[in-house]
Amino acid sequence: MTWFTGHVDEVFGLARTHLVLSMVPLLFGLLIALPLGWMARRVPRLYGPLIAGSGLLYTIPSLALFILMPLVLGTQILDPINVIVAMTIYTIALMVRTVADGLAAVPDHVTQAATSMGIGRWRRFFTVELPLAVPVIAAGLRVAAVSNVSIVSVAAIIGVAQLGSLFTDGFNRAFVDPIVVGVIACLVLAVAVDAAILLVVRLLTPWQRGGAAA
Amino acid sequence: MNLVWTWLSEPSHYLGSDGILARSWQHLGYMVLTLLIAATVAIPLGLWIGHTGRGRIVVVNAVNGMRSLPTLGLLFIAVLLMGPRIPGDLAFLAPSIFVLVVLAVPPILAGTYSGVDEVDPAARDAARGMGMTSWQVLFGVELPGALPLIFSGLRSAALQVVATATIAATVSIGGLGRFLIDGLAVRDYGQMAGGALLVGVLALLLDGAFSLVQRLSVSPGLSAPEASSRNNQDSTATITT
Repeated sequence: MTWFTGHVDEVFGLARTHLVLSMVPLLFGLLIALPLGWMARRVPRLYGPLIAGSGLLYTIPSLALFILMPLVLGTQILDPINVIVAMTIYTIALMVRTVADGLAAVPDHVTQAATSMGIGRWRRFFTVELPLAVPVIAAGLRVAAVSNVSIVSVAAIIGVAQLGSLFTDGFNRAFVDPIVVGVIACLVLAVAVDAAILLVVRLLTPWQRGGAAA
Repeated sequence: MNLVWTWLSEPSHYLGSDGILARSWQHLGYMVLTLLIAATVAIPLGLWIGHTGRGRIVVVNAVNGMRSLPTLGLLFIAVLLMGPRIPGDLAFLAPSIFVLVVLAVPPILAGTYSGVDEVDPAARDAARGMGMTSWQVLFGVELPGALPLIFSGLRSAALQVVATATIAATVSIGGLGRFLIDGLAVRDYGQMAGGALLVGVLALLLDGAFSLVQRLSVSPGLSAPEASSRNNQDSTATITT
């Protein structure tokens, strides 16, 4: 691992872009999936098409999606925007179903109680339904976050620099060390992101902490 | 868009040993070979874990761990370490298939295990009460009941393999990934995007085919209206590269 000690700055720099390329799409994807999941839940006729449609997006292999992005966006192939948009699509694909399931798991009597207290539809969504759906949504978000971190590394093939660049550089020089460092860095990043989401969920769901739940 | 269309509509691109048709077959061939090897390992193991209830934690961790492993790195490490010890063309192919199998095992294992695990305990008890042996319960009750989820696992594995086999073109194996990588090397965007489109279509077709098989595999005894909630147990591809 002498290679690592000589290249600490480079690895940290790549890890930072890796984090941006995987987490910005996670946020965008979640923000887009929230209204879509809400619609799937509210309009039963849309549930099937929305869930099936988003699921289909996830079947498209990542390298193919990265390469097809310029066709849709009119960007250059090396533009990191391609990766951001593609990863956002994957996040939406995973999260629409989770959001719909999370909202469906909110007990009816709770929403009815809120309604009878005179809370309007929008306020009810943001102050009652969404907070109660956080545990389910977060579980899906953790899966999306971890898979985003691993999928982004594929973008090194089309020349977008991040931790995956250590794989392509190492392979081109037939040198295993950078590749191993890259794999470990990806795993560490995935664990860190996962822990960060768990922490946020803990802060957002104080009622789950006291032990004896309702 | 025009570049892609020009590339795709050129008849000579379809024929020959490096044409679209041959590459598609090659891609499917890698997938079938990988799934056969992975299923031979994962289905018996999953049945055993589901039947005995031992080793569940291993399954959960294998699936979660696999999700965070960057496949590209894994592939390169396998080729660099195993390649020099293998003669000829196999030097690239064998390590690639090895990595594909490693990636395909967890989803099949998880599908098989949870399929057996979710068999109605009442059905299992009834089978025992009728005097069925442990093996008869496994093959007569648990396996048929688990089939839809086994196919769901195979479906996730197939999609994972198709995606990773595309990436594996960087270590000079064949398949549709060749168009993406070769096009990139010579800056021929038409070829790259045309190949990418074909890979996407292949994945969608496979997904459709597997979902059909999955639906048909529901045991007739379980497709009665009251048991139809099982059909919703469609743990669609959660792993992709």
